[in-house]
Amino acid sequence: MELILALGIGVFTGSGVWLLLRPRTFQVIIGLSLLSYAVNLFIFAMGRLRVDAAPVLGQGGTGDPARFADPVPQALVLTAIVIGFATTALFLVVLLAARGLTGTDHVDGREREP
Amino acid sequence: MDHLVIVPVVLPLLTGAVMVLVGERRRALKAALGILSVLLVLAVAVLLLRRADSPAGAEIPVLRAYLLGNWPLPFGIVLVADRLAALMLVLTSILALAALVFSLARWHRAGAHFHPLVQFQLMGLNGAFLTGDLFNLFVFFEVMLAASYGLVLHGSGILRVRAGLHYVAVNLAASLIFLIGVSLIYGVAGTLNMADLAARMPGIAGKDRALLEAGAAVLGVAFLIKAAMWPLGFWLPTTYAAASTPAAALLSILSKVGICAVLRLWLLLFGAETGASAGFGGAWLLSGGLLTIAFGSIAVLATQDMARLAGASVLVSSGTLLAAIGVGQVAVTSGALFYLASSVLSIGAFFLLIELVERNREVGADVLAVTREAFGEEEDLGEEEVGIAIPATMAVLGMSFMGCALLLAGLPPLSGFLAKFAMLAPLLAPAPAVNGGVPGTSWALLAALVLSGLATVVAMLRAGINAFWVPADGMVPRVRLIEIAPVILLLLLCIGLTVGAGRAMDYMQATAQSLHAPQDYVRDVLSTPRAGEGGGG
Repeated sequence: MELILALGIGVFTGSGVWLLLRPRTFQVIIGLSLLSYAVNLFIFAMGRLRVDAAPVLGQGGTGDPARFADPVPQALVLTAIVIGFATTALFLVVLLAARGLTGTDHVDGREREP
Repeated sequence: MDHLVIVPVVLPLLTGAVMVLVGERRRALKAALGILSVLLVLAVAVLLLRRADSPAGAEIPVLRAYLLGNWPLPFGIVLVADRLAALMLVLTSILALAALVFSLARWHRAGAHFHPLVQFQLMGLNGAFLTGDLFNLFVFFEVMLAASYGLVLHGSGILRVRAGLHYVAVNLAASLIFLIGVSLIYGVAGTLNMADLAARMPGIAGKDRALLEAGAAVLGVAFLIKAAMWPLGFWLPTTYAAASTPAAALLSILSKVGICAVLRLWLLLFGAETGASAGFGGAWLLSGGLLTIAFGSIAVLATQDMARLAGASVLVSSGTLLAAIGVGQVAVTSGALFYLASSVLSIGAFFLLIELVERNREVGADVLAVTREAFGEEEDLGEEEVGIAIPATMAVLGMSFMGCALLLAGLPPLSGFLAKFAMLAPLLAPAPAVNGGVPGTSWALLAALVLSGLATVVAMLRAGINAFWVPADGMVPRVRLIEIAPVILLLLLCIGLTVGAGRAMDYMQATAQSLHAPQDYVRDVLSTPRAGEGGGG
């Protein structure tokens, strides 16, 4: 599982960075989204990978903490997803405004001179 | 537990929310609400500053930690109003007040939701200064940035949208870097509370230490993007030059947020008492700061229009602060804090002044063209406004410009000079530990500060001659009292800082000392009682 997760984060980050450096605004926004997936998985992995372990303690007492997953990274991921979602939506609006005002989808607002 | 600490966060939030509900039509009501809220926040900030400054052992505890949700530390999240936070709160609310009053002349009509955005911006800034928790720092950074995206785009126009697109993309990427840094630190240290983190630092095992340092470095990159350290700061001059005037003045404090975060976290995590990684990254801060000063000075000399000149001086001030922090001496840090206060006020004043000076100038005024776009009817409107009589206007503008130039360049007699002197004097006085005189880095910093001052003088002189000593052909800018008053207020505060430099420096010294010796901070924060368990509810 560690290998799959690490590969997944790597692939997401690689494609995200590549797209982020592309000249079209749509590529940039997809790149940012992929990067945020990678980051969310990364935060999740920082709480250690546990299978079949609940992050919430059972009713009546704490029991053995070793049997539970770390709840903090999961809460962080949730917050990061929400915030990332909102800022991506905001970026989308700016992107559309730029497309409308400049008439091109180049990130600099003008096509490169040939 | 008293609830004063949370007011600078909650009050702007509620005010902003009410303003959204009030709707776009009732501008006068929204303006009144906005001014009221900023004034209240300013009052609370001054109160917090006075409390934070009370000497140790007084009946009021020096440190005001506030447990949000009343969970015991280190599990709950916490707001801490220490000296640095209180200082930044006061500066932020003064700047917000000036920008808000300035905007009432006309800028707040240039687009939708200006007033709520200012309030949310204020909330994010205050929260980022107050928080004592890494992840909350991220959340407040995002609030602050989301509002700043709106403010950068306020007034619309191609230039703003084009600059805003870059600004948003850079900052979204920076936020992701921030998250990577935070999660790496959590993965190693197992806590997000800054005080708890500092307490755990000496106990981190050797093989984990590299990972933690990597996490801190990644986090530092995110802060340095905000602080616009070279080579991470290319977005700054373009964005600030394109933003509308009051927005640019308010945004100029955003770079200081990055610097404050670096200052606080670097000294907490890698201060003298933290074992093996003490001083980690100091050389990077120092050399990065020096490079930023160099880049900023070249930019100051190379720019033709004043808005970019102001952006370049933000770069110079960021570089100066980073380099001074990177030296890692208490006395230099206190000088840097004085410089911070002086430069926040003077750069804010300069941003506001630029528009007044450049108004009515036809040549090369790109930003003005944008303004025109937004205000089709501005010409007729302007005729009705009562302008101040011609010579007085030019005299007031000229004097304010000169004040800004002196402050930014750090020439006597104003506070900019005192700040540079306060940073340089301890650098050149050889510390007892270092026998054999002044180290080379100190000379480098000295040269950088003096040369950047020279570059600023040259550039400001050139801009001033172009603006004031040309035949005006009857084109004296029409300036309303409500527009020039905030500039004068900010400059008067700088003069106040000069006159009251002794008391201000005492405060800065106490701040720097507590930042450099964070044991008290750590102990006080971690021993904060829960409400109902002690200290009363």
